[in-house]
Amino acid sequence: MKGNIMSKNKMKYLKLSGLEPLIVTPESNFINVGERTNVTGSRKFLRLIKEENYTEALDVARDQVEGGAQIIDVNMDEGMLDGKQAMVTFLNLIASEPDIARVPVMIDSSKWEIIEAGLQVVQGKSVVNSISLKEGEDTFIHHAKLIKRYGAAVIVMAFDEEGQADTYQRRIDICKRSYDILVNQVNFPPEDIIFDPNIFPVATGMDEHRLNALDFFNATKWIRENLPYANVSGGVSNVSFSFRGNNVVREAINAAFLYHAIQHGMNLGIVNPTMLEVYDEIPKDLLEHVEDVLFDRRDDATERLLDFAETVKDQKKEGEVKTQEWRNDPLQDRITHALVKGIDAFIVEDVEEARQSVERPIEVIEGHLMAGMNVVGDLFGSGKMFLPQVVKSARVMKKAVAYLQPFIEAEKSDAQRSNGKILMATVKGDVHDIGKNIVSVVLGCNNYEIVDLGVMVPPEKIIEIAKKENVDVIGLSGLITPSLDEMVYVSQEMEKQNFNIPLMIGGATTSRAHSAVKIAPNYSNTVVHVNDASRAVTVVGNLLQKDSRVYKDQIREEYEKFREQFLKRGKQKEYISIEAARENKFQIDWSSSELVKPNQLGVQVLESLDITLLEDYIDWSPFFRSWDLHGKYPDILTDGVVGKQASELFSDAKILLQKVFDEKLLKAKAVFGLFSANSINDDDIELYDEQGNVLETFLTLRQQLKKREGVPNFALADFVAPKAEGKSDYMGAFCVTAGFGTEELAKDFEKNHDDYNAIMIKALADRLAEAFAEYLHQEVRTKFWGYASEETLSNEELISEAYKGIRPAPGYPACPDHLEKHTIWNLLRVEENIGVKLTESLAMWPAASVSGYYFGNPEAKYFGLGKITTDQLKDYAKRRQINEDEARKWLNPNLAET
Amino acid sequence: MSKLKQALQNRILVLDGAMGTMLQRYKFTEEDFRGERFKEFPYPLKGNNDLLSLTQPNAIAEVHAKYFEAGADIVETNTFSSTTVGMADYHMEDLVYDLNYESARIAKEVADKFTAENPDKPRFVAGSIGPTNRTASLSPDVNRPEFRAITFEELRIAYKEQVEALIDGGVDILLVETIFDTLNAKAALFAIEEVKEERQIDIPVMVSGTITDASGRTLSGQTVEAFLTSISHVPLLSVGFNCALGADQLKPYLQRLSHATDFMVSAHPNAGLPNAFGEYDQSAKEMQVLIESYLKDGLINIIGGCCGTTPEHIKAIVEVAAKYEPRSIGAAV
Repeated sequence: MKGNIMSKNKMKYLKLSGLEPLIVTPESNFINVGERTNVTGSRKFLRLIKEENYTEALDVARDQVEGGAQIIDVNMDEGMLDGKQAMVTFLNLIASEPDIARVPVMIDSSKWEIIEAGLQVVQGKSVVNSISLKEGEDTFIHHAKLIKRYGAAVIVMAFDEEGQADTYQRRIDICKRSYDILVNQVNFPPEDIIFDPNIFPVATGMDEHRLNALDFFNATKWIRENLPYANVSGGVSNVSFSFRGNNVVREAINAAFLYHAIQHGMNLGIVNPTMLEVYDEIPKDLLEHVEDVLFDRRDDATERLLDFAETVKDQKKEGEVKTQEWRNDPLQDRITHALVKGIDAFIVEDVEEARQSVERPIEVIEGHLMAGMNVVGDLFGSGKMFLPQVVKSARVMKKAVAYLQPFIEAEKSDAQRSNGKILMATVKGDVHDIGKNIVSVVLGCNNYEIVDLGVMVPPEKIIEIAKKENVDVIGLSGLITPSLDEMVYVSQEMEKQNFNIPLMIGGATTSRAHSAVKIAPNYSNTVVHVNDASRAVTVVGNLLQKDSRVYKDQIREEYEKFREQFLKRGKQKEYISIEAARENKFQIDWSSSELVKPNQLGVQVLESLDITLLEDYIDWSPFFRSWDLHGKYPDILTDGVVGKQASELFSDAKILLQKVFDEKLLKAKAVFGLFSANSINDDDIELYDEQGNVLETFLTLRQQLKKREGVPNFALADFVAPKAEGKSDYMGAFCVTAGFGTEELAKDFEKNHDDYNAIMIKALADRLAEAFAEYLHQEVRTKFWGYASEETLSNEELISEAYKGIRPAPGYPACPDHLEKHTIWNLLRVEENIGVKLTESLAMWPAASVSGYYFGNPEAKYFGLGKITTDQLKDYAKRRQINEDEARKWLNPNLAET
Repeated sequence: MSKLKQALQNRILVLDGAMGTMLQRYKFTEEDFRGERFKEFPYPLKGNNDLLSLTQPNAIAEVHAKYFEAGADIVETNTFSSTTVGMADYHMEDLVYDLNYESARIAKEVADKFTAENPDKPRFVAGSIGPTNRTASLSPDVNRPEFRAITFEELRIAYKEQVEALIDGGVDILLVETIFDTLNAKAALFAIEEVKEERQIDIPVMVSGTITDASGRTLSGQTVEAFLTSISHVPLLSVGFNCALGADQLKPYLQRLSHATDFMVSAHPNAGLPNAFGEYDQSAKEMQVLIESYLKDGLINIIGGCCGTTPEHIKAIVEVAAKYEPRSIGAAV
């Protein structure tokens, strides 16, 4: 091995991997395989697995790795266990524990099906323990081939059709034969072969066992010299089996055997480190007796060792609990260690100790815990920790904070005035609140009064509460992308309502760029992006200090600069002028298009519909999405990932829905109208009464993105016959609600701390409103308008919009202009008829309401407006008779950056 | 020696750039995605880029041709998500064979045309085998760490179907790419080995992982060396990294990889990191400079681009690739 002239890669070393690589080189001396996660060797581990106490079972694995095991052997061969299931579950769990998964796994079983199941769940290069010629060459070759294909190394037992090799000659014969088959027939990489030439007990008193150790040593030497690149391993503890109960002697035998086996070339082994003395520390006399046995140096070696053993028995206390060394470190080091390592076993006692050492419990969070988390942050930032580890750190942190919380609360009752009032909310449509809760806790800990509105908070509510509670800062959080738009919306609302408090933005999808470019320009006061709980305190402190102007100006300047740079980037999208877009409008052949006159023109009100009718019209998929369960109903109920949760949620929803039906808790009302209509000036639609007087005019917006040849620029007005055609056409409008009663029910639930059902009732009301819209649309198509009286569509077909005609809603992609709701409200006298109101931001109240238009032309289709440019904005402002600034405010999300 | 291996001995080969970025420029609508064949398909199809091989084959061929024109030696088939696992989102599991076969056929046809025009620069097609949208060694549910959304066996079957169709369609290479969970890749390699054995063929296999963050690990937590060790049981044409990072952030990991392996080394980084709006800003010139530093250090045998790269980027890469010797393998070849 010395003075090699080959490249490093040409050396054939056994290479294994967990999350990190393990390369077995001559320099690595001896690779220690942990044996405690083996049900055949550890009664404790067997009990833990049988009780399915996987948390502690993982601790066993972790202890081994922390104790220096470089590979961990996992064995689930026990009659009472479903070995395959246990193997897969445990290996999967290990994969989620980075501090264990960093080392490779040894998949240990006598059953091939368990081995194969194990091979299918480890991403790293593992070791199979073991295969042999016991069942003949065919099986051996078959298994070896598969192991190679799964990308694992293999332990080959010195075992053949005749039985286990128990002499030197049998050992080397079987190993040679196995090696030749593997290398020549299977093409198995020789460096991935590990022989186990059988370690048998010594000093059994039987003559045929006298050479057990020596034969092993010599066979090991022969293998290493004659079978190129192959490795040798063995289960060491077995050698001292006859001294069970006398740990002093056992540990000495194990240590001496291991030492000599390594000298002979054994480079891996299964060793219990707690059953191992340090070779140099074995007393000289004991060592001599032991080595006499191992090397069969005297005929009476066994008797002498047995006699000697009696004298050294019980010198050492057994079952001594080994304290983990780090537990002796100073307090701060222990807390930091626990946070960095994600160990929560001692955190409560450490935090308690810390609490007693400080004046106020909050100081533990600000001091000890933050110091630890800063280390975590630094390690993560520099790439020395990775995400799963940080998540575990957060878990420990949470546990620590939860412990301190009552102390902090207790102190607060007689505490000084709060530093300020912060409103925290996860925005509408988003249920993620972990980050928000952490920030709330940290700020709360720093003596800010937190008004936590929870999750899925509609903007109206944020605005309303912010005013009512007179808060000093609003903090918005969100994890899913649509939340970004919600935040934009809230910022616009705040501006509109002349707020003058800072707006704080956080959450996984948010970014400084988005905050600077999309949110900050909407709002005259400060918008600041904070994505880090520990920074939140500093930021809020700065924002609320007496003279915060400098700080605020600084942020504004910084964001403006950022925005400028950002907007300078090249643009890819091309837009055409509104005139050109109108030229390219969607053309319906009005001469041949059949324009069906509604059976019933005018406005109609459905005062109280039997709400149970709506159940069949519910589209459940968005319901699940609102709980962040993604998938299509009903497939989602049996989905491999979220199926179980989805089913539980669904059955809870059904229970509540039944209650709603039985006790008539929600009311469904609707108003709709069908009218004569014609499009005018390309983009507007006039509605007429029976005398032909203009009732209202809908303004539609036209796509301006440059299209490919032959693809039109749509506007909703394209679906109604132009006045100039001289043909009478029709359209409709509607508003449905299922929301009356929701608010009260949610409050009742909240009073009982049942946030779950409080959210549930709102989600259900939303679904019922959508179902109502679907139901009413069908009634309109088949009866009131009647252009599709023959239609028979299943709920699935309704959901996939297989019907003729469309019902786009203001605020949605085809017509993002919320102001059109005013037109609908005037046209149908919505508020007078069914009580649904429009908030200042033109959100509907109750929230579980849907309003929109009906277009009946078979060629009408849904589309997204996309971005529009300033020329259309100006034109629109003129048509709407509002000033350009106001128009800009409403259409802001749809304005192309120019 | 095959033409491919011969070419690799002599020069650095260039892989194409992003397909998605190019397809976005066509601004295909729902109708375009559907084409005639799927006009009545009951689910929305927009966004299923792989489907365009069936409904807009000319566009796919056009993109391949643009990359070949830019000087690429190898183009990837438009099959990144064409497994039953990936197509489940679109309810198009049944189309997996067609998608792969047609994508391979289209790419091969374009490649052959270019080879015929200039036989001194043979062009190749690599069948793109993506990671799927499920991870075999990570749980999607934090509260159930033992849970898995997909099994090795399910992946193996899905990948096998894809591999067989790609080979039937005529690909020269199989490229298992954007690996964020090594276990998924191992299932793909298992399937490939099975097909090779069953058909008694040999086909070069490229493997390309993805380093996702500053920790320098794959999403499933492996270091560069652990990743390499976990996939080296199969005789590979090359191993490398793609996606997630820009060329500059990727370099240290390529150095480690290049140091540790005897396989050829490939890289196809993104055009920088995406900005907050998910767009890639790095220009061809900027990327060229970064790539040149790889080549100067002799790290590379096969180089190309991933997300955000265009024929312009590839052209710039081709220019510098011509100036440098390929990385030499081992010491004494």
